[in-house]
Amino acid sequence: MTQIGIVAERPGERRVAASPLTVGRILALGYDVVVETDAGAASSFPDDAYVEAGARIVARAEAWSSPVVLKINAPEPDEIALLSPGATLIGLLAPAFRPELLSALAAHGVTALAMDAVPRISRAQSMDVLSSMANISGYRAVVEAAHEFGRFFTGQVTAAGKVPPAKVLIAGAGVAGLAAIGAASSLGAIVRATDPRPEVADQVRSIGGEYLAVEVAEQMVSADGYAKATSEAYDRRAAEIYSEQAADVDIIITTALIPGRAAPRLITAADVAAMRPGSVIVDMAAAQGGNVEGSVAGERIVTPGGVVILGYTDLAGRLPQQASQLYGTNLLNLLKLLTPGKDGQLTIDDADIVQRSVTVVKEGAVTWPPPPVQVSAAPAAAPVEPQAVREAKPVSPVLKGVLTTLGIAALFLVAAVAPAPLPQHFTVLVLSVVVGFYVIGKVAHALHTPLMSVTNAISGIIIVGAMLQITVDDPIVQALAAVAVLLASINIFGGFAVTRRMLAMFQKGAGR
Amino acid sequence: MTAESVATGAYLVAALLFILSLAGLSKHDTARRGVLFGIVGMAIALVATFWLAATAGWGSAATMTGLVVLIVAMIVGGAIGLWRARVVAMTGMPELIALLHSFVGLAAVLVGWNGHLHAPELVGALRDIHHAEVFIGVFIGGVTFTGSIVAFLKLSARMPSRPLVLPGKNILNLGALVLFVGLTVWYVLTPELWLLVAVTIVALALGWHLVASIGGGDMPVVVSMLNSYSGWAAAAAGFLLNNDLLIVTGALVGSSGAYLSYIMCKAMNRSFLSVIAGGFGIEAPQSGDAETGEHREIDAESAAELLASAASVVITPGYGMAVAQAQYPVAELTQRLRDRGVDVRFGIHPVAGRLPGHMNVLLAEARVPYDVVLEMDEVNDDFARTSVVLVIGANDTVNPAAAEDPGSPIAGMPVLRVWEAEHVIVFKRSMASGYAGVANPLFWRENTQMLFGDAKERVEDILRVL
Repeated sequence: MTQIGIVAERPGERRVAASPLTVGRILALGYDVVVETDAGAASSFPDDAYVEAGARIVARAEAWSSPVVLKINAPEPDEIALLSPGATLIGLLAPAFRPELLSALAAHGVTALAMDAVPRISRAQSMDVLSSMANISGYRAVVEAAHEFGRFFTGQVTAAGKVPPAKVLIAGAGVAGLAAIGAASSLGAIVRATDPRPEVADQVRSIGGEYLAVEVAEQMVSADGYAKATSEAYDRRAAEIYSEQAADVDIIITTALIPGRAAPRLITAADVAAMRPGSVIVDMAAAQGGNVEGSVAGERIVTPGGVVILGYTDLAGRLPQQASQLYGTNLLNLLKLLTPGKDGQLTIDDADIVQRSVTVVKEGAVTWPPPPVQVSAAPAAAPVEPQAVREAKPVSPVLKGVLTTLGIAALFLVAAVAPAPLPQHFTVLVLSVVVGFYVIGKVAHALHTPLMSVTNAISGIIIVGAMLQITVDDPIVQALAAVAVLLASINIFGGFAVTRRMLAMFQKGAGR
Repeated sequence: MTAESVATGAYLVAALLFILSLAGLSKHDTARRGVLFGIVGMAIALVATFWLAATAGWGSAATMTGLVVLIVAMIVGGAIGLWRARVVAMTGMPELIALLHSFVGLAAVLVGWNGHLHAPELVGALRDIHHAEVFIGVFIGGVTFTGSIVAFLKLSARMPSRPLVLPGKNILNLGALVLFVGLTVWYVLTPELWLLVAVTIVALALGWHLVASIGGGDMPVVVSMLNSYSGWAAAAAGFLLNNDLLIVTGALVGSSGAYLSYIMCKAMNRSFLSVIAGGFGIEAPQSGDAETGEHREIDAESAAELLASAASVVITPGYGMAVAQAQYPVAELTQRLRDRGVDVRFGIHPVAGRLPGHMNVLLAEARVPYDVVLEMDEVNDDFARTSVVLVIGANDTVNPAAAEDPGSPIAGMPVLRVWEAEHVIVFKRSMASGYAGVANPLFWRENTQMLFGDAKERVEDILRVL
């Protein structure tokens, strides 16, 4: 039975890699779980709660010496030294940015799995820690901004005067951006959002934001679910939009990140200067160089113009309990994948693209980067010709006209040539068909079944024919007519009765 | 005033009442009054006809026995009808309606036969016309009769619902029509009884084959088509008997059924002929089948959580809901969610179920208020603002391929755009494809989760958690 160690993070990181809830479910996979003393304290998970869930509380050295170590942030050199050779470390390792960390881990002879290297495919969604953390960060960014902002978010009309709603601009409608849009609009603000991917416009609208499209000829569809770098013409137009918006809005939250590169500069110093005093900017990309000129990673800056720029890099960690719970669930889902037998044996299958992608160091060798994964979030289908959609029946209007004319001519001939009483019958028939068509055309779809049963009942009118024949002095005719009367009676009585029964069931939901 | 003129006046009133009856059915508020008009119209017509038949030969032995037989037959038939109407389950409505169609068809055949056995004294062209009318009436009635019987057998699962494929089936159908025309001409020239027998057999065979070669999912079209035929059968009898009331009523029913068929065909983006010629999914191109994807599963607990926290929910039921008898738990779920302040509505595709409007009747039976049960066009633009969509027993009617993949066999068919909602939960027995045999890319959309198992049990599981 493999032992899994949950270790405490460095001071300043309030999250922990497992909650009591996820510990219980890791145990169910057949593992033995140890938790370092006070590992969950900052997330409000006391040691007792872990014990209750079935884990053992151990000292730092024992937790680190477990064959599998779960962690949030990348380990420091002294922590790497605590790992036993051959152990597996799982955490946020930022493999693209920290080659020296990977080589240090490789040199120590361990296997390292990077939670932030989970590919963006449907199957791996449940392990996508970047998404779950971005979701929390986006929410927290709004809360931080609201904390700094000196006014309401929502507009109100009070006895003391009218309060205009706050205007919020969210740059980037990824997971964090969408969470921010949702949080800000549910606080009542007017929310606008930008994103280079036009396919997100519907998502933005669906949670209450307004999508500001950057109108340039090219459009980008992302193949791997992440935003890509944009073209020059696009950037120029986008910059104009940001300048216009900066002068108008009260709060800007930027979330633009491009994987493996420095964050794009979206808001210039001039834009910041154009904002009103008391405005707030939250730069969620501050750790990657910042979307906003003048933001400092981890710091709160106040510009000479009175604009507050928050460059906090620990937004998710500011909701430690929530973040630990979601991170722990993501980890649990990865462990489920790595423990196909539910027998407490961790195995890594290189043929599986999720497992291959997260494995950045394997048994002392660096295995980053993995082969590229191309699974589209939004299918990059070839543009469809609108004409290609099949029509139900391509009857040309000319043919239709000819057929109609022929039909009318035929009716005319029948009426003109046929002896009485045929023309009179045809007149009745044709007019009745027209009346029927218009009357039925108005029937609500919901009443089509009652309509059918009523027409069933009234088509029992054939009984009239049988009634006129039943008095004929011929037993065979009488017998046949009697059967016809019997059948038609079933129709008449049954049809009307079942229709009444059905209609009695239809009831309006008034007052509910 | 002779009995004839009284009857003519009564027929006019009855015909008007029938029109008012159908007009009343256009809205829920007036529907019950509409049925009342229909009943009154029918009563007037029956009394007038009875009067006519009685006064014509009052006292003669034949008339008296006829009237007694008539009353007995009506009482027996009426009793059977009322009994069936009382006990039928709402899921069994398609079968009942198909069966009722067959009765009209058979009655029309019998009336036609009597037209031959008791031919009026006519000469020249009128006599020929009478003969042609007998044949037309018998033919339409015969096709309606066996067609409806097959539809009934298929709907009640006494016969496999997959289409019967005979070699050259279109030739067979066409051949039967040609044979009918030929026999009619022959009969007009020499009115022999065996010709009547022959045409009856041809009509019965054609009706059987026509419906046997149409699959279960096309049943809404078939049933409304048979509804139309039963009307035309009555109208043909009206020509035969010189009775305008029969013509008017038959034409009303005939055009009603034709209109319903038209709506159903439009809802499937198919032409009437292609439905009748059958074979949807028989030679369905396999283009879309190669692409598959990963689907995600959800359990009843998570589904319940999702529903409880949703702002708006749309339920899109299909035939699967009727099969699983899930309408009662679904109604209960609706009630519970509405009590919690969740906006719950239903989106009904025109061809959902096996009968036009079938889903509406099932939901009404389970006491779902009709003003939250919406048509496809009313609800389609709202999906983008919907939190959760529950797809219960529907497949092809929610297939995004119809809207997005021009190579799909169901391309262009109007569908419920459920995939625009935030979350979609699909209740399904397995990953099998729907009636059209087309893979459904909805199942591996990122916002779709599958809840496998019997729809009724799963909904009940959700109810337990809520």
